[in-house]
Amino acid sequence: MSLAEAAASPVVGTPAVSRSLRFVRSEVGMVFRRRRNQALLVVLGCVPILIAVAIKISGGDNGGNGDAGALFGSITDNGVFVAFSALFVVIPLFLPMAVAVVAGDAVSGEANTGTLRYLLAVPVGRTRLLAVKFVGIAVWCIACSVVVAVVGVVIGLILFGGGDVTLLSGTSVSFGAGLWRLTLVAAYVAVSIAAVGAIGLFVSTLTEVPIAAMATTLGLTITSQVLDAVPQISAVHPWLPSHYWQQFIDVLRDPMALDKVGHGLLAAATYAVLFLTLAWARFTSKDVSS
Amino acid sequence: MDSGGSALAIESDGLTKRFRGGQVAVDQVALRVPAGAVYGFLGPNGSGKTTTIRILLGLIFPTSGTHRLLGEPFTENAGRVLPRVGSLVEGPAFHPYLSGHANLARLDAADRSVDPRTARRRIGSALDRVGLTAAAGKRYRNYSLGMRQRLGIAAALLRPRDLLVLDEPTNGLDPQGTREVRHLIRQLGDEGVTVFVSSHLLSEVEQVCSHVGVMSVGKMVWQGSLASLAAQQNVRVNVSTATPAAAAQVLGGLGLDEVSVVDDGAHAVLGPMLPEHVVEALVAAGVGVRGFTVERPSLEDVFVGLTGEGFDVSG
Repeated sequence: MSLAEAAASPVVGTPAVSRSLRFVRSEVGMVFRRRRNQALLVVLGCVPILIAVAIKISGGDNGGNGDAGALFGSITDNGVFVAFSALFVVIPLFLPMAVAVVAGDAVSGEANTGTLRYLLAVPVGRTRLLAVKFVGIAVWCIACSVVVAVVGVVIGLILFGGGDVTLLSGTSVSFGAGLWRLTLVAAYVAVSIAAVGAIGLFVSTLTEVPIAAMATTLGLTITSQVLDAVPQISAVHPWLPSHYWQQFIDVLRDPMALDKVGHGLLAAATYAVLFLTLAWARFTSKDVSS
Repeated sequence: MDSGGSALAIESDGLTKRFRGGQVAVDQVALRVPAGAVYGFLGPNGSGKTTTIRILLGLIFPTSGTHRLLGEPFTENAGRVLPRVGSLVEGPAFHPYLSGHANLARLDAADRSVDPRTARRRIGSALDRVGLTAAAGKRYRNYSLGMRQRLGIAAALLRPRDLLVLDEPTNGLDPQGTREVRHLIRQLGDEGVTVFVSSHLLSEVEQVCSHVGVMSVGKMVWQGSLASLAAQQNVRVNVSTATPAAAAQVLGGLGLDEVSVVDDGAHAVLGPMLPEHVVEALVAAGVGVRGFTVERPSLEDVFVGLTGEGFDVSG
C-alpha cells in the first residue's frame, strides 16, 4: 500500500458524515465571509428600519388601501407588523436580487477564478458540488429572510411596542402567537426565494461570467412579475414563480387561509426541482476549461 | 497495488478531443508514464498538452479514448484515484480575498478522504515545503506571481500523493524559484512519487526528467526514456584535414554512413563504431588529421526534428 493510499484509507474516529460536512461548512463560511454579501445583509436590514422610522415620523395615520395598506396600517398598533411589512416590501425585488447575487456566483464565480478546476480535481464530484452549492444558497435565503424579520421585530418593538397582535381579520392573538406567525411567514419567504436560488444555480452553470448569471437570474424574476401583470394570460399566473410571493399575508388572517400559500410552496418546490435537475444535467456533462 | 517495474502511473489509449468547432486538440494520444518516473510532457504552446492534462483529471470529457491513472480505469474510479493525484493545471487559481492558508483549508475541507484533525499540520507542512510559511496569513490578492505558483504547488502537496500532474510549474518564477521547484520535483521523484510535468522549456525537461513525451499539433510524436532518446541520436564525426578526399575514402572504408566531403575535411555518421577506431584508421592510412570532433546533436535539434517547430529554450 502506497503512502497516499494509506492516507486515503478511512480514518478511525472521524465519521464520514462529519468529513462531508466540512465542505458544507466551508461553503456557508465562504458565502457569509464575503464583504459583498455582508453588505447585502446590511442593506436588507436597513429596509425595516427605514419603514419604521418613516411611519414614526409621519405619525402613521393612514395606512392606505389593499394588503400593503392593511399591513402598514397595523404598524402603529404593534411593532411586529414592521417585520411583516418589510418582508412584503422586499420580496418582489430586494430579496431576489440578494439571492441572484449569491446563486449566480455559485458555479460561475468558481469558474471565473479558476478554483472550479481545483475543486473538481480534489476530487469533489460534480453532483456533490452542486448539492453543497445549493445548501449554501438555501442557508443564504434563510439568512436574508431572518435578517429582515428580526430587525423588523426589534425596531418595531423599540418604536411602537408589542403586546397582543390584532390580525388582519380583526381577531387578537398573543404576542407569542404573533411571533409564531412571523416565523411561518419568514419560512415561506425563504422557500419562495430558494426557488430563485435554484434558477440562479442553473444559470450559473451556463457561464463563466458571474455578473451575467446574476443579471440573468434577476431578469428572469422580473420577467415573471411582468407576465404576472398581463391579465390576458391569467391562466398561467398561478404557475409563475413570483405569483404567490406576497400571499403570505393570508397567514395573518384567522383562521389562516393556506390554500394559496400551499400553492405558492408547490410552485416554489416545482421550480426548485426543475432547475436543480437542469443544473445537474448541464454541469455533469460540461467540459470545464476555465 | 502492484508496484512492479512494468506498472504504469498514467496509461491512455486513443485519447481524442474534438471541440465543437471541429478542431481536434488532442488526437489519438497514447500515454505511457511508468510508475516512479519523472515524465516531461513537452511541446510548443498550443500543442494540446493542457487539454490532455484536463482530460486526465476529468475536467474535460474526451470525444473518444480511455485512460487509467495509477492502474485504475478513470471513468469508473475517478473518485477513488483522484485523492492520490496532486495537480497544478494551467497556473494557480485561488480566491483572491482569502489568505493562502485559508485557501488551502478550503481545498482540504472539500476532500472527504482526509482526516480533518490533521488538516492544520498538513497545511502547515505543505506551506513550509514551498517556502510560504511567512506569507500564509497574507491575502492571495497580494501574492506575487511566484508566490501564487508556490501556493498552487502547496495545494498539490496537501497530502501524500502517488502521482503529481504539474502543468508548467515554473511559469512566472524567478531563477531562484525555478531552481527550487526543480529541486522539489527531483526530491519528490526520489521519494517515489510519479511526476508528470508539462513544459515548453526543453532545458527544464533535460534537467529533471527521466522520461519524455513530445506533443506536436495534438499528436504524440515521440515518448520514451531520455536515455533511449540519446541512444537513437545520430552522432557525427568531423575530420579536419588538407586531404578531404583521402579522409572520406577511409571513412567510407570503415563502413560509416552519409560520408560527405567539404573544402577542409570530411563528415560522416558514426554509428556503433568507437571514435578512437576512426582516428586510428585515419592515421594508419596516412591522412594528416588537423582536427577531429564528435558531434552529438542537442536534444533541441532532436525535438525540432520531431515537431518541426522551435522551442523556447530560455531559462
